[in-house]
Amino acid sequence: MTSLQKTEDEVMLADAARSFLDDAAPIGHLRKMRDECRTYDAELWSQMAELGWTGVLVPESAGGSDMGHAAAGILAEEMGKTLVSSPFLSTAVMAATALRQVADDRASDALRKIAEGQVIYALAVDETSKHEPDAAELAATPDGNGFRLSGTKTFACDGMAADRLLVLAKTDEGLTLFDLPANRDGINRDPMDLIDSRDAARITFEDVAATGDDVLGQVDDAMTVLKPALEAGQAALAAEMAGLAAGALDMTVGYLKERKQFGVPIGAFQALQHRAAHLWCEAEVTASAITNAGRMLDENAAEATLAVSLAKARATKTAELAVKEGVQMHGGIGMTDAYDMGFYMKRARVAAEWLGDYGYHAGKVAALRGF
Amino acid sequence: MDDLAAFRAEMRAWLDINCPEEMRDGQVTEETICWGGKRWKFTSDAQRIWLDRMAAKGWTVPSWPEAYGGGGLSRAQDKILKEEMARINARSPLESFGIWMLGPALLHFGTHEQKLEYLPPIARGEVRWCQGYSEPGAGSDLASVQTKAEIDSDHYLVNGQKVWTSYADKADWIFALVRTDKDAPKHKGISFILIDMSTEGVSTRPIRLISGKSPFCETFFDNVRTPRHQRVGDENRGWDVAKYLLTHEREMISGGGGGLLGGRPVGAVLAEMAHGLDTADRRAAAMECEVDSLAMALTLERYKDQAETQPIGDASAMLKYYGTELNKRRHELMMEGGGSDALAWDGHDGLPSDWLRTKANSIEGGTSEVMLSIISRRVLELPG
Repeated sequence: MTSLQKTEDEVMLADAARSFLDDAAPIGHLRKMRDECRTYDAELWSQMAELGWTGVLVPESAGGSDMGHAAAGILAEEMGKTLVSSPFLSTAVMAATALRQVADDRASDALRKIAEGQVIYALAVDETSKHEPDAAELAATPDGNGFRLSGTKTFACDGMAADRLLVLAKTDEGLTLFDLPANRDGINRDPMDLIDSRDAARITFEDVAATGDDVLGQVDDAMTVLKPALEAGQAALAAEMAGLAAGALDMTVGYLKERKQFGVPIGAFQALQHRAAHLWCEAEVTASAITNAGRMLDENAAEATLAVSLAKARATKTAELAVKEGVQMHGGIGMTDAYDMGFYMKRARVAAEWLGDYGYHAGKVAALRGF
Repeated sequence: MDDLAAFRAEMRAWLDINCPEEMRDGQVTEETICWGGKRWKFTSDAQRIWLDRMAAKGWTVPSWPEAYGGGGLSRAQDKILKEEMARINARSPLESFGIWMLGPALLHFGTHEQKLEYLPPIARGEVRWCQGYSEPGAGSDLASVQTKAEIDSDHYLVNGQKVWTSYADKADWIFALVRTDKDAPKHKGISFILIDMSTEGVSTRPIRLISGKSPFCETFFDNVRTPRHQRVGDENRGWDVAKYLLTHEREMISGGGGGLLGGRPVGAVLAEMAHGLDTADRRAAAMECEVDSLAMALTLERYKDQAETQPIGDASAMLKYYGTELNKRRHELMMEGGGSDALAWDGHDGLPSDWLRTKANSIEGGTSEVMLSIISRRVLELPG
């Protein structure tokens, strides 16, 4: 496998992403959208398309930059540092990976539109408060040559902005993935108004008509297409959370150097020094798991499950620690809405749940390690 | 890539022929480890043959230059060697403080003559080294060492006491920090010297630990005459050598966190115990421990990759801190999983003794607290 060190190209990509995002989407950008009750910035998304980010996993033949999963992780990590709100994970990572599993013209067209920034996808997978795709119950009942979909999905991230939905449904012999326009008759979307101020929808399907053409991949075989997509998303989300943890840690270390009490910077106190140092160690160990997941997805995707779950589990724990320590070490100001630390805490909690929580992924690791 | 593939094929064929069957049990325990040295008693012919064959190739120290007894392998080739050895469950042919600590320091600070004299015997497992750093009054505050070395024409006259000298009673030579200028600021009056343990005036006394074993000793120097050319680095600049060597020591000690028990998942060990995974909380703890162990193993790999282009430096404190704390956590979990079966001294193949031994991991080579202080000052650049 390629070295777990970042390559020169990867360092350059991270630097370029950082300088763009510091200008286009610092944390203030999320705050402004929140204050304006918006969850999607079309201008930012089209800039990401111009930079080749929306096509990061789209083949060059379909107009993408095809930089791969490790690169997608690097972009996600940089986005995490300033809590960039966009449908990058849903569309550019997960939908693109799902569509790539299918070799037909319709999938190619969809991939081309993703690369051009012309379409936004959301995944409609979860039905309960915990991620458990295998237990999907939303029914796709045979109806003539097609299907009728009825049921409810929740926590569909980017679901309000989405033009299209990848819907996991139960069919006669298994699960089937449908690729539907979000405005099809019978689909109703409600914003969930989550704590992280980002887009998530609760979606109801009332007798929604679908044809065989709407099926992505094969009927009763959703996971061939969906599993790689979810794993790509989990790895990129882990990278975003590692970025989030780094952002919170940086902000906290900066505060420890600047805030004075008892006549000295509070960072001179060993009680705080050791906790900050411990947090940095956790972040370092997590960073290895993040890079490893990206490498595995690029080099041996069929065997990447362990690496991906390891990354998501580690990133979840590290981000949780980073925001808890971040608020505590900031003291009172960390509790105020005017200060940015709270945004990190809220996004960390949402990201912890999205695409499988700590127990879900640690459980996968344990199962793959034989217990 | 073709070159590496050819190297792998060659390596695989060589190992198939040359690694004795008994050396393919993959165990690296206190009992099976080969430390080498003048007084080493091989536990079997196979252990001796395996060491000789690997040493002849330079593969006891694969990345050292061939001129000094190494294999001259690149990082990529070294990885392949490790992978191919792991594939057949081959034991490491030789472990020693010479390999882990003194070697890297000599490669960096030693003269060509010193490298030629000291490195090949380490590579061949002929000379066993120990480390003379801590003293009764110099633990976490290592730079306050008081063992003194006074100049006596072309010799030093060494007097003082070291403590926690691992395996000093079995070692042939010691690398030691000694004070050569008592008036200079404490970091600037230290020299790094090499002393033959058979010199008159050197004596050792093992210290019995809570684990029932005595890996550590007290070492006494009573008018020990040591040639001045056995100093590594400049006089009074020994702290530079000491610090560099410490980064390697930390990396060595941290290894326990990622790949213990031949890399066996802690959950798998618990699963073999009668009630190891009975409770939800122990299962959850085992999962977390496994997640952290795998991530730590990747981190050790990542840092080794990084060491190809830049020294690990102060970040080695992270490896040491995290690896040793994790190792303690794993052993706590195994003891709890074993229940009363793990309370007798020989319970679960010596688990109680191993568990107690791990408590030293976060003390030896710098305590966890010292590691955190290094990180907060040097990496995070916090004040104080």
